[in-house]
Amino acid sequence: MRPTIIIVMAKELRESLRERRTLVNSLLVGPILAPLFFILILKLALSRSVAAQDELTPVTVVNAAGAPNLVQQLREHSLDVKLLEGTEADIRRWISEENELVVLRVPETYGSRFEAGKPAAVQLYADGSDSEAGKHAMRVRDALAAYSALVAALRLQARGVSPTVVQPVVVDAIDVSTPSARATLILGMLSYVILLATLMGGLYLAIDATAGERERGSLESLLTIPVAREHLIYGKILATTVMMLASLAIVASSIAVSLEAIPLETFGMSANFGPSVVWRVFANVAPFALLAAAVLTVVASFTRTYKEAQSWLGIVLLVPTVPIAIAGVLAVQPQVALMLVPSLSQHLLIQGLLRGDPLPVTWALLAAASCLVLGIALAWLAGRLYRREAILG
Amino acid sequence: MIRVEGLTRSFGAVRAVDGVGFEANDGRITGLLGPNGAGKSTTLRILYTVLRPEGGHASIDGVDVVADPLATRRKIGVLPHGAGIYPQLSARENIAYFGRLHGLEGATLARRVEELVAELEIGGYADRRAKGFSQGERIKVALARALVHGPRNLLLDEPTNGLDVMATRALRALILRLKSAGHCILFSSHVMQEVAALCDDIVIIHKGRVAAAGTPDALRDRFGSPTLEDAFVAAIGDARGLE
Repeated sequence: MRPTIIIVMAKELRESLRERRTLVNSLLVGPILAPLFFILILKLALSRSVAAQDELTPVTVVNAAGAPNLVQQLREHSLDVKLLEGTEADIRRWISEENELVVLRVPETYGSRFEAGKPAAVQLYADGSDSEAGKHAMRVRDALAAYSALVAALRLQARGVSPTVVQPVVVDAIDVSTPSARATLILGMLSYVILLATLMGGLYLAIDATAGERERGSLESLLTIPVAREHLIYGKILATTVMMLASLAIVASSIAVSLEAIPLETFGMSANFGPSVVWRVFANVAPFALLAAAVLTVVASFTRTYKEAQSWLGIVLLVPTVPIAIAGVLAVQPQVALMLVPSLSQHLLIQGLLRGDPLPVTWALLAAASCLVLGIALAWLAGRLYRREAILG
Repeated sequence: MIRVEGLTRSFGAVRAVDGVGFEANDGRITGLLGPNGAGKSTTLRILYTVLRPEGGHASIDGVDVVADPLATRRKIGVLPHGAGIYPQLSARENIAYFGRLHGLEGATLARRVEELVAELEIGGYADRRAKGFSQGERIKVALARALVHGPRNLLLDEPTNGLDVMATRALRALILRLKSAGHCILFSSHVMQEVAALCDDIVIIHKGRVAAAGTPDALRDRFGSPTLEDAFVAAIGDARGLE
């Protein structure tokens, strides 16, 4: 004879798989669409930043004949130099009406002052309220500063002074992030997506098997069957767990496939999300599914109707995000004690895997044990609830 | 055979069942008649072990319902008030699910489901999903589900509620067939006509107590009333809440 738990689980899964709306919500919207949207946004952001890097900065120079070397220097900084003649009024008009972004005006006095070794002013026109123009103006300014420094160095050398004298402090900016660590910053939200999609996978079954069963009036009949009542609820929790595991497998695979579409390497990032990472993510999050299934089932057991259960579980879905958010704000580093906190431990484990720097196996085992112990305790509590008369509502 | 003696049960300050006692015998239909809130459902719920009594005794085929709920449940088929079935399963699957939970499997289960489909005339919609079933179709499937393990005792809580005339007639015919097969049938109703038409024994419940009990003839004689309706009114003081 098949055990009650298995019979109940099989029936709940069969019913769930037949309900198209439930299925679309549990296994499609969450696990497939969520990462897809996420990655679409990521792709958009990345392509924008690449475009910005490759973009030439346009600059219009007025009276270029007055400063031929300077103009040459701008061209060498790969600025898109355009030469025009006009008055200051013309320049203002070009910017406001003709979409010129940055205009550099070389005054008539530039040549004589430059030759006399006096500070030679140039005027840089740009609309400061336009972030696009501001960005380009910054690049022109950088090019001008480089030219100015070059000329200064040559003048000092001509007078027998080492140019380093005027460089008391030099800044060397060193970016220590490894390519993967940088990607993790952007992909950090993926663990969020994974945990949420896992929860969503079992949400409808958890509600249907408890509040739904009561609302439809089939619970009372079920309770008159000569089986231990806790086995009925264990079967329901198990069915919810199976749905969550299916959702988890789908979301992990979906992320792996979607990330293929993004050329992360070209941005100096590498996302470690190959097939081996997919199953390791699955193994790390699987114990969390049992705990989540038990939590959802216990909460849904307290509610009377499908609607009430939905609104309560909506709140419960946010609970696992709390420790992750707090740890994020406090910039918490992975520690062994944190492995005891469900959801946060999974978050850190997934982050480690994405970073290509997995946490120790013993930590993963500790996280799994913590989830399983809590999950079993909650399942036992659900069993106790089902033994009470109040379960009839 | 069902025996009930001095059963009591309160919900908060309300004494829902206050010393109910009666007997329901095999091969007979016993009706619990009373207005809504009289304590019929609570009595039945104690008998089918989802509520525990505070006092008194109840046994089914000699098994104490409080001391051994699992053995009790094996001996009873239950149609609770407003019983629902699983909308995504077909009629056959609904019945088979309960069969499996009762420990039936394989050919035995299939045969039992076939028997019930034939006996309750479910054939026309046996393989359709229960989602769109009429109330009458649903009740039949719920009843087949309650009978799947071949229980001798049947507890039906307001089974004809919400049924149209044809469905009610079909259900009555079915209950009579089960009676002639030797089942002990206990059902509750607040509809006088139904109880009068079906029952061999009537237990009139009012405010958690048994106001009167006996065969329809005995009740008429006892209250000197020409009709059962007059006897009911005489027994409980007024007929409010009855139909």
